[in-house]
Amino acid sequence: MNLHEYQAKQIMREYGLPVQGGRVATKPKDAEKIARDYGNPVMVKAQVHTGGRGKAGGVKYAKTPDEAENYARGILGMRIKNFPVKKVLIAKAVDIKKEYYLSVIMDRDKKSPLIMASREGGMDIEEVARRKPKAIKKLWVDPVYGLLPHQAKEIMLSLFDDGKFALRSANIVEALYRLFTECDAQIAEINPLALDDGGKLWVTDAKVVLDDNALSRHPKLEKLRDPDPGEDKELAAKEAGLSYIPLSGYIGCVVNGAGLAMATMDLIKKYGGEPANFLDIGGSSSPEKVEKALSILLLDKNVRVIFFNIFGGITRCDDVASGVIRATESMKIGLPMVARLTGTNEDEARQILKNSPIIPVQSMSEGAIRAIELAKGN
Amino acid sequence: MSILIDKKTKVCVQGITGRDGSFHTERMIEYGTKVVCGVTPGKGGTTILGIPVYDTVKEAVEREGANTTIIFVPARFATDALLEAGDSGVGLVVCITEGIPVLDISKVLKFYREKGVTLIGPNSPGLISPGESKVGILPSNIFKKGGVGVISRSGTLTYELVSHITNSGLGESTCIGIGGDPLIGLKFIDCLKQFGKDPDTEAILMVGEIGGHDEEDAADFIVHNISKPVVAFVAGKTAPPGKRMGHAGAIISGGSGTAREKIEKFESVGIRVASEPEEVGELLKGIL
Repeated sequence: MNLHEYQAKQIMREYGLPVQGGRVATKPKDAEKIARDYGNPVMVKAQVHTGGRGKAGGVKYAKTPDEAENYARGILGMRIKNFPVKKVLIAKAVDIKKEYYLSVIMDRDKKSPLIMASREGGMDIEEVARRKPKAIKKLWVDPVYGLLPHQAKEIMLSLFDDGKFALRSANIVEALYRLFTECDAQIAEINPLALDDGGKLWVTDAKVVLDDNALSRHPKLEKLRDPDPGEDKELAAKEAGLSYIPLSGYIGCVVNGAGLAMATMDLIKKYGGEPANFLDIGGSSSPEKVEKALSILLLDKNVRVIFFNIFGGITRCDDVASGVIRATESMKIGLPMVARLTGTNEDEARQILKNSPIIPVQSMSEGAIRAIELAKGN
Repeated sequence: MSILIDKKTKVCVQGITGRDGSFHTERMIEYGTKVVCGVTPGKGGTTILGIPVYDTVKEAVEREGANTTIIFVPARFATDALLEAGDSGVGLVVCITEGIPVLDISKVLKFYREKGVTLIGPNSPGLISPGESKVGILPSNIFKKGGVGVISRSGTLTYELVSHITNSGLGESTCIGIGGDPLIGLKFIDCLKQFGKDPDTEAILMVGEIGGHDEEDAADFIVHNISKPVVAFVAGKTAPPGKRMGHAGAIISGGSGTAREKIEKFESVGIRVASEPEEVGELLKGIL
């Protein structure tokens, strides 16, 4: 789960990290009020779940409260990479002398948390990794022992030539690591970690991504969820034990298994069609689940045809077939449907679908081709 | 021959009295797997499907001599089930459970490294050595004993591909679902090493998907270490960036982990990549 910058900063503040003052505004007038309270120049920052906000004009420096209001007016309602901006963060501006980078992520290769630090702060770390890989200090932490004090010091000594300052600042690494583990984060990133003219460090931008698998043990963090447009359907699907992601095409897909669902999308594309979605109905499917899947799919008005691709194992083909029949009885589908049902109880499934308008096919590719043809005529 | 499991493998089932655990235990027994014991805390002393149930894995393993355990325990209890399994004396742990926090798995893997225990999964369909043993939930009827070793990050997609291998007249030596999570025990390279040494494995099919760069690492490994032919399939060419495609590990992040990168890497080292599942059988037949 992605958090907004203001949420990430709030958590960081709770962990004792040096975050400058900041509050969220949803109206330009509120931005003005907050800026007036602070009485100093402020940053007006779009709060969206995507990077590249600065480039898109979603981050502005305002010298006066009136400027803050004007910028907020421009930023609120703007779209950044298709994400509408509904909130801005008004944060006290910091006189930045130099920018650093500090993060903790889970490293898939070493199967351990990885701390990264760099003197090349303020830009995309992937960009730094490509251009100047040696400019990134990397340190892997044993997940059982946790971060050791000398490791925190080692990180800061790589950032600062002033040894005493580095040692004094090691608590920042310790706090960030504690946040990472206690919140079950996948990414906890400070970029930049800014050094001001007075020699103090500040978290001026922050990113936290939480592990979805761990949210059940962090009910407080779960409450920070702010769904993006369209994501409400994904969440409704998740509630029902389905995994759904909308795409821009017109062939609705109902598949069991994530890998097969992706392969189905790829196949539709290969034969010249466009998939409308990714949808995995999961391993042990009931007719109710299939019915729910169809109801979510039908909310997408671009869908012109529905393609069922089921490889029965634990999923029983007859369960899927019953779900389809129930759905056709309980709601108006009004779209052509193609079904490829192979494996466990496929004969029973064929029997169930015999007198229905659903078009049976033998293979994935035949199904994809048939669905594309039907979409053309619909 | 096969890798990791065979006729002699003695299996313990953790979560044997649960709905999924008991259903798949029955399927495994039908297939000929030697399921020797099960564990459900609080149900020790009972039996299910004729299999003795114990309260702890240690006791079950000591009494019944299991060397492998399979975990069907719900996610919120699975971390402890994994740690308990690692401390029980078995050498191989297969974790079917999906949804275990990643940080927990990093701790489990550290513990397993110290204990010398091998983990398959989590979020894995398990593995099967056709004609020998099945430790997992894979549908047995699509498999046939043969010379193709299969390594996959997926479940049903694996079944789809295996059915094409089997329908083409070939068969499988061992098929391993390594799991769809970002942190997993055995990875492609670990399985490749074993298939490389297995005299009955003549060719290898790798089934990858978006996220991470294990496929690329495997491609580099194959160039220097594997002389057997390898064929690949990669799912997710049309997956949008930044979205988790069902599997926790299937995500294009920071612009990397795309299917395109993986396919290009495979092709650059001479590994044939099937453009759709049905091609897999023909590609393998052409090689063998």
